[in-house]
Amino acid sequence: MGILEVKGVNKRFGGLQALGDVNLSVEEGTVHAIIGPNGAGKSTLLNVLVGKLIPDSGSVMFDGQSVLGRKPFEINQMGISRVFQTPEIFADLTVMENIMIPCFAKRDGAFRMHAIESVGHEKGIIEQAEQMLADVNMLEKHEMVASSLSRGDKRRLEMAMCLVQDPKLLLLDEPTAGMARADTENTINLLKEIRTQRGITMAIIEHDMNVVFSLAERITVLAQGTPLVEDVPEKIKGHPKVREAYLGEAQV
Amino acid sequence: MDAIIIQILNGLDKGSAYALIALGLTLIFGTLGVVNFAHGALFLVGAFVAVTTQRLLKISYEVVDESKKDFLGNPLVVDTPYVHGWFGQATGDAIIDWAVPLSIILAIPVMLFIGFAMERGLIKHFYKRPHADQILVTFGLAIVIGEIVKAFYGANPIQTPAPSALRSTVDFGVWLGYEPNSILYPAWRLVYFFFSAIVIAAVFAFLQFTTFGMVVRAGMADRETVGLLGINIDKRFTIMFGIAAAVAGLAGVMYTPILSPHYNIGMDFLVLSFVVVVVGGMGSLPGAVLAGFMLGILQSFASMNEVKAIIPGIDQIIIYLIAIIVLLTRPRGLMGRKGVMED
Amino acid sequence: MLGLNGKDFRLFLIVCVMALAAPILLNPFPVDGALAQFNAGYPALMQAFAIFGILAIGFNILFGLTGYLSFGHAAFLGAGSYAAVWMYKLFNYNVIFAIPASIIVAGLLSVLIGYVSLRRSGIYFSILTLAFAQMMYAIAYSDLLGRFFGTPITNGETGLQVYNSDPQFLLAEGGLAEPHLFTLNLNNLTKIQFGGWEFTFEVGYYLCAIFLILSFYLSIRIFRSPFGMMLRAVKSNQNRMNYTGLDSKPYMLAAFVISGLYAGLAGGLMAAMDPLTGGERMFWTASGEIVLMSILGGAGTLIGPVLGAGAIKYMEKIVSALNDNILHGWFAWMPDGMENVAVAILHPFVGKGWHLTLGSVFMLVVIFLPGGIVEGGQRIGRLFGRKGATQTPTDATTTPAE
Repeated sequence: MGILEVKGVNKRFGGLQALGDVNLSVEEGTVHAIIGPNGAGKSTLLNVLVGKLIPDSGSVMFDGQSVLGRKPFEINQMGISRVFQTPEIFADLTVMENIMIPCFAKRDGAFRMHAIESVGHEKGIIEQAEQMLADVNMLEKHEMVASSLSRGDKRRLEMAMCLVQDPKLLLLDEPTAGMARADTENTINLLKEIRTQRGITMAIIEHDMNVVFSLAERITVLAQGTPLVEDVPEKIKGHPKVREAYLGEAQV
Repeated sequence: MDAIIIQILNGLDKGSAYALIALGLTLIFGTLGVVNFAHGALFLVGAFVAVTTQRLLKISYEVVDESKKDFLGNPLVVDTPYVHGWFGQATGDAIIDWAVPLSIILAIPVMLFIGFAMERGLIKHFYKRPHADQILVTFGLAIVIGEIVKAFYGANPIQTPAPSALRSTVDFGVWLGYEPNSILYPAWRLVYFFFSAIVIAAVFAFLQFTTFGMVVRAGMADRETVGLLGINIDKRFTIMFGIAAAVAGLAGVMYTPILSPHYNIGMDFLVLSFVVVVVGGMGSLPGAVLAGFMLGILQSFASMNEVKAIIPGIDQIIIYLIAIIVLLTRPRGLMGRKGVMED
Repeated sequence: MLGLNGKDFRLFLIVCVMALAAPILLNPFPVDGALAQFNAGYPALMQAFAIFGILAIGFNILFGLTGYLSFGHAAFLGAGSYAAVWMYKLFNYNVIFAIPASIIVAGLLSVLIGYVSLRRSGIYFSILTLAFAQMMYAIAYSDLLGRFFGTPITNGETGLQVYNSDPQFLLAEGGLAEPHLFTLNLNNLTKIQFGGWEFTFEVGYYLCAIFLILSFYLSIRIFRSPFGMMLRAVKSNQNRMNYTGLDSKPYMLAAFVISGLYAGLAGGLMAAMDPLTGGERMFWTASGEIVLMSILGGAGTLIGPVLGAGAIKYMEKIVSALNDNILHGWFAWMPDGMENVAVAILHPFVGKGWHLTLGSVFMLVVIFLPGGIVEGGQRIGRLFGRKGATQTPTDATTTPAE
């Protein structure tokens, strides 16, 4: 029984079958990649997982509870954190504040009327945030306004914002999309570090084969809204069906 | 039945004005992505172009009329408008009488110019700023324009009558087969309605059947892609702003006989027109027109005594009430498109 | 100190001193001097500074922190005033009933309007609040509630005030028939002569000043609290906020209601200074004025709204009092022709043309100085190479809140 169980999920948009009978199981403690050509339904699946879309049928269970019909903030409170294609951070706030907000969310829940307490007196939260920043080598940048960070640092900050919540599952939506080669390498290394140090369960939706094969422990190949195969990376590489459906002839 | 027809007719003129202003607001919002709080001020400027035209036509010189004497026996000094001198008395009087419709000739270039100047001089710099900033700067501009008008024309409403031929009422009932005098409707309001219908049709035809309009419509749907095609969309949008200004201005010109203009009518109409745009659906031109007429007519029904007896004062709040209900049940408005101002 | 850090505490002290010493500080010119017209230290104007200051501080908690532009805040102001006058009518003139009632009524109204308006954001939110406020105005101005209940509630165009026939259950025989705080008449004042100067100390003003100080203190606490940080998070990136496990709705509603409570307090104080009220207090231009104050002073900063409220009320007083004669006096040093031109140019801006000045200044501020007076002050500070020039990025967190 995986921590995330997707069973028989169907989703139609008008005449288009975006997801057809998707079954997927992400085991606790693994890095699971979901790959597929454009239009395979990766984004639709992701939107179902985070509560943005409600499937026509099927179930999505996380940690024994259904996520269907829940709002993004509720799903996050269940223990799923999400990294976006382009980093979603609080651009007008400082790096430190960016990290503190998820700490508050984790400690105080979705809403708390802490309007009189001073942020400066929240020693526990500050320590936790500083520790996290030190872990991602950004402590010296803690007073910078997030919008002035480099692209790579923004990505790093977003990851840190997710990690500081100590999520049970980290969802990554094409974390290296549109990145230069060096940035991609850095991101892969960062993710590997996170993996070895924290043992966090990850689900990666990805396009870039490089990223997938260097990180994933299990891979699900999605084609036309249906899982084609699910296996370890070594087997996926040579799998004839996958070649045919997705990788084409030239790419591997 | 005739009571219902009367209310529909009564709603038409207000509805026409709402529709015209809302049409311009939507054009500006759809093309430039700007929320223009100064649009009511353009309606106001139009109204005062009519006032000005009337005054210009009445500029007179003094003539000493030997045939008439005042009570001291001196020859009487008579003010004679220049138009009398130029066109003769009869034609001159007719021109003065028809000042309001004639001011359209003046209003079109004036409004186009003001529109261009406003877009190039001010609005252009606010495309990239937040909507709140756009609201604020155009709100400031609306105050300034209103106050300038007040400085020149004073704060009191100025009578601007319709041509005498159109001051009568039309016996609508007879046309529809009712008793004579059962449905009387002021002729000018009918003129206003047809005028609005023509302007609205012209705008739609322009957008529908010209290349220019096609590009603008494409731009409204997806600005970036059209920009990528190498079409200079900005210049066209400036022209669109001018057209929207002209539409609002014409709405103002023709409305003067219905409501004597004063410096604040712009604001009065603006608030309601915004509600109209939101009800119709931000960015939807047919929505703006439909909602304009719908709200005008509903308002007219709500002011019936029979309705007010049940819900007192409903006429004052009906538009806002409807706006709130529509926004909560159909967040995009009646005919709003997906993806426009979603956040 | 008082749970504030050093910098905030200094700012708070400055505001305290300014508020308490205003009758002296705002009367820097001798009574008989030529510049006496620029004095601002008389009760009615100082009350306006404090009351509109409170209003703008509250508005700023909503707009400054979350970026949600409400165009209908005057509704809460008006509701507060009506509630206060009703307390006079029902009980007595003691503001101990009136002011809490105005806060509570405005609070309830803001829960209702906020709950509905906050279902939409951006321009829709602005228009919804505007629609609500206009609706409240129409309801108050034609006393729709009164028509339902069969007795005047807002008393329509006439406005609401206390009549002899009102119950006033707690009014003792021969009791004070003016607003008071436990029989301390708010209209009591003391004038102190000092050389050519005269200073007026009024009880009513000091009531407003104390509420201003409390409001300002509370606003600092909110700005520096985790809650304040969440509100800035709403403005910055609501999407990320939701995916971080935070429900932005209750945060927004709380901010909206807090600013509504502030507006209610301001409305109550208005009725405490002058025990009558009318519907025009709710008209949308009144809401616009609140917006102007916050922007002019500097939205999102602590002190900005107070400065903005003061600047607008002061300009209003000075500019409306100007006339051509005074202008001629100013430009008397010019050659006659130039003098006339200068006066002719300025003429539309002064006296009754005060709104033209306001509109123009407002436009200039939005265009050139989006940070308002506070940003202007910082720029000037930097220009003169004071500490501002050497400010390091470490100040980035604190500067926006100054």
